[in-house]
Amino acid sequence: MAAQTFAQKALARAAGLEQVAVGQVVDARPDVVLSHDNTAAIRRIWRQFAQPQVVIPERIAITLDHAVPAPTTQHAQNHAEIRAFVAEQGIQHFFEVGRGICHQVLSEEAIVLPGQLILGADSHTTHFGWLGALGAGIGRSEVATLWATGELWLRVPESMQIVLEGTLPVGVTAKDFALRVIGDLGADGGLYQSVEFHGSGVAALSLESRMVLPNMMAEFGAKNAWVAPDDRTAAYLVEGLTRRFRRQGQDPTAALAALASALSSALLPDAEAVYSAVYHYQAADLEPYVACPHSVDKVVPLSAVAGTRVHQAFLGTCTNGRLEDLAAAAAVIRGRRVAPGVRLLVIPASSAVLQAALEEGYIQEFVAAGAVIGVPGCGPCMGNHMGIPAPGETTISSANRNFRGRMGTADAEIYLSNPAVVAASAVAGRIADPQTLGA
Amino acid sequence: MLLAGRAWKYGDNVNTDILFPGKYTYTVTERSEIARHALEDLDPTFAANVQQGDVVVGGRNFGCGSSREQAVTCLLYNGVSAVVAASFSRIFYRNALNNGLLAIACPLAVAAIVAGEPIAIDTAQQTIRCAAGEYPFPPLSASVMGIVEAGGLVAYVKRKLALP
Repeated sequence: MAAQTFAQKALARAAGLEQVAVGQVVDARPDVVLSHDNTAAIRRIWRQFAQPQVVIPERIAITLDHAVPAPTTQHAQNHAEIRAFVAEQGIQHFFEVGRGICHQVLSEEAIVLPGQLILGADSHTTHFGWLGALGAGIGRSEVATLWATGELWLRVPESMQIVLEGTLPVGVTAKDFALRVIGDLGADGGLYQSVEFHGSGVAALSLESRMVLPNMMAEFGAKNAWVAPDDRTAAYLVEGLTRRFRRQGQDPTAALAALASALSSALLPDAEAVYSAVYHYQAADLEPYVACPHSVDKVVPLSAVAGTRVHQAFLGTCTNGRLEDLAAAAAVIRGRRVAPGVRLLVIPASSAVLQAALEEGYIQEFVAAGAVIGVPGCGPCMGNHMGIPAPGETTISSANRNFRGRMGTADAEIYLSNPAVVAASAVAGRIADPQTLGA
Repeated sequence: MLLAGRAWKYGDNVNTDILFPGKYTYTVTERSEIARHALEDLDPTFAANVQQGDVVVGGRNFGCGSSREQAVTCLLYNGVSAVVAASFSRIFYRNALNNGLLAIACPLAVAAIVAGEPIAIDTAQQTIRCAAGEYPFPPLSASVMGIVEAGGLVAYVKRKLALP
């Protein structure tokens, strides 16, 4: 059998085939089908199929996260339709307003396992590569099709490797690495590709940092991205599965056995597999970066834009709203205050992150410094609510996307950075380096 | 099939927030209203002036960003017959084919087309014609062609499920 990439192995598995070739179109059966606030719209498409029941209720996962709690009557009606659908179809993996962002919640709940295929009506479904799964974004009609048939066509992508060696310098994060790659190779540098991350620098990252890489590859044009699962990944998933089953009053034994089997037969790329490109990075060469308006690939070193006036600083999202992100920002905020004329919005990625941040005292520190704490969810990332900038204002954000109008206002600028830079900028009132922030 | 219309030409990375802003995705559901917001932050003249059959022309990575399907339907509801781009973002490309919007990757044609000029697309011959010349584009893969021929994914699935 010819040597295979991760994407080839994962899509062969999902299509029930021995092996697949790059460029082949397969009918794949995903293990998990994700949707969120767009579920009501998907339901309206699905109803055209005149089915009383979806064919894969146990594979459907739904979160309410993009506009929560409902900012308007229309949003509330949308949520109500989704709850009705969940009840009528007996969907078990449903997560209410306030539980958190889909990618974070499904990770915490260990709903996706290594080697599995998850397709989601959300472009950042690439996220699940952090645990060695194949995650890809699809459209609403495609999710409706999956509810009705359980399968969807997918083209087996070419794969590229991005190799990081060494240990990141102090103050440099996985976000900076992702921004550097996108800046170097462009917003379409990974178009249609499966992006595999390799190297000692990736293995050394915390799990929360690893999550940033596949998440950001949506901004690189990638179909999916991949990081090798290891013992830490396994321990995280065991904990998540056990917690979920205990909460539901069920015995986790069978699920844990399935996880062990998924891990032991982990789909690792073959050493001789063929790649379209391989890029090497040395961690020691990286520094903090900022993506400038209005494109994620307009990346410059932090020093090049330091001093730019900001009106709002946003810490959160599926990219950088986890505990280590809040910890990094809290370390900057400690003993300082948000600058006059600046809003610092802190929106934990999930209720579990919020709870842990409370236990660590970070939330108290943010509030004491003058920050605003939001409900776990997507917040103002896509301009729905909870922090939309005024025309002419500038936001520095830990999110993944800075397109014109992204946060709801066309005449507003968005800079993207790592969480500590967001916090330092909130304190300084200007884009600032946390390493050189004055007292 | 022969398509003819004027070219609305834009640059690289025409993203989904510019095609259809995220703030509307859960509240704007009527076809006419979806159509009205198309490209509003990039070209406020587009929705009011685009005519049936017109073609949107873009550079590299057209449709990058969100998975929102309205980035495609907002063009369809305005009568746009095709999008010609140097390259497409993958979710936009899927959404286009799944909704019966012709999405053609043809960098040479994009370089040649002048904004506002009439262009013609021959889907049988797989060519794009503009004042500068005629440019061939590659055919769709056979398996995906079935979806397009059925009139989009929903129609394709209906047929598969033996629905009327």
